[in-house]
Amino acid sequence: MYTQSMDTMGKDGSPDADSRPKAVRSTEEMLLQQRFDARIDDGDFIEAKDWMPENYRKTLTRQISQHAHSEIVGMLPEGNWISRAPTLKRKAILLAKVQDEGGHGLYLYAAAETLGQSRDQLLDALHTGRAKYSSIFNYPTLTWADIGVIGWLVDGAAIMNQVPICRCSFAPYARAMVRICREESFHQRQGYDALLTMMQGTDAQKAMVQDAVNRWWWPSIQMFGPPDDQSPNSAQSMRWGIKRISNDELRAKFIDATVDQAKVLGVTLPDPDLKWNEARGHFDHGPIDWSEFWRVVGGDGPMNHERLAARVKAWDDGAWVREAALVHARKQAAPSAAAAA
Amino acid sequence: MTDTTADKIIDNEWPLWEVFVRTKAGLDHKHCGSLHAADPKLAIQMARDVYTRRQEGSSVWVVRSDQIIASDPGDKDMYFDPMEDKVYRHPTFYKLPTEVDHM
Repeated sequence: MYTQSMDTMGKDGSPDADSRPKAVRSTEEMLLQQRFDARIDDGDFIEAKDWMPENYRKTLTRQISQHAHSEIVGMLPEGNWISRAPTLKRKAILLAKVQDEGGHGLYLYAAAETLGQSRDQLLDALHTGRAKYSSIFNYPTLTWADIGVIGWLVDGAAIMNQVPICRCSFAPYARAMVRICREESFHQRQGYDALLTMMQGTDAQKAMVQDAVNRWWWPSIQMFGPPDDQSPNSAQSMRWGIKRISNDELRAKFIDATVDQAKVLGVTLPDPDLKWNEARGHFDHGPIDWSEFWRVVGGDGPMNHERLAARVKAWDDGAWVREAALVHARKQAAPSAAAAA
Repeated sequence: MTDTTADKIIDNEWPLWEVFVRTKAGLDHKHCGSLHAADPKLAIQMARDVYTRRQEGSSVWVVRSDQIIASDPGDKDMYFDPMEDKVYRHPTFYKLPTEVDHM
């Protein structure tokens, strides 16, 4: 799943794109910068040990690690329903999906760590609130229908975001994204499949699905981040080949695809202003409540406290396991070292 | 990263391993990423869990990352340049009569 970390507009205290005065940089560094820029312009890939501007490194560390945090935290709202899945088939599917999310987080931590920060440092940033995760996961899963809707809308939005990142200039991130995209499409299909089953069921099931759609629609389209004209960092990100498509363009593509899917499902998307605009070639939509978005990103969503507490508890409770494994490994290694001495 | 808190944290971390997977008999092992594990046995098990969830592994290798010797990307030009002017290594360098050009 995805994070909209790029467009926090400095509201989380992140440094400006390029605040260092040019006069301080040596000739050699300017040459390296030129070569780097030329490689980006050529559509070439940057690997972990290549020279890169410090802010490119910082920006990517932030984006990739927050993407990783999002995957791990994203296991929580769905994990909530594993024990209550209506059938064995749905339970097995949900287990597989949540396991995938864990795996995706691990691919992304591995990619982020190639930029120099350690896993413990990245996790420390999350646990102390300095690093964010996608705020979509700050909403609760109230019914089984929420699980289907998350697969359909949230994973759907994530896929739309993630496919372009497969061509991100930073190769470890791009490669992780290729792996993730391969596994992601079943996530959306299983959600839609579950909803189809319920929409062909009782009136109570249909009402449950519609209620879930009503609660998850607006947060889902907010996953693409603030409008382009309120996203000053997007330009630098595009210049560096990290971001390939703008927030608004991704959002429009997602809405266009989803309107048809909603029709097939038989649900109403909770936006009376959704209307096809022939001139734009996209659906027009109603006003998005960005004040709610920033409130939730800032920590005041329904589940922020619980999500972070769950992660910190898991880390703290697991400390003895990590230590024991290390001590055991060292003990196993010690006899052979003594023998060699 | 000279922060002492960071140094303390790193000392207690599980070491980093690079993972290589052969998806099918006949193919090469391909590097697919890294993971942290306390020892070789855990590393192999975790590599299976993280990198072969779709049955895409007939063989898995794990190598401690600090055991890998790599060329320096900064030396890329110096290290690989000499190959650039040895065009006679390529089949297209040789112009043969049409009747035998399928070689």
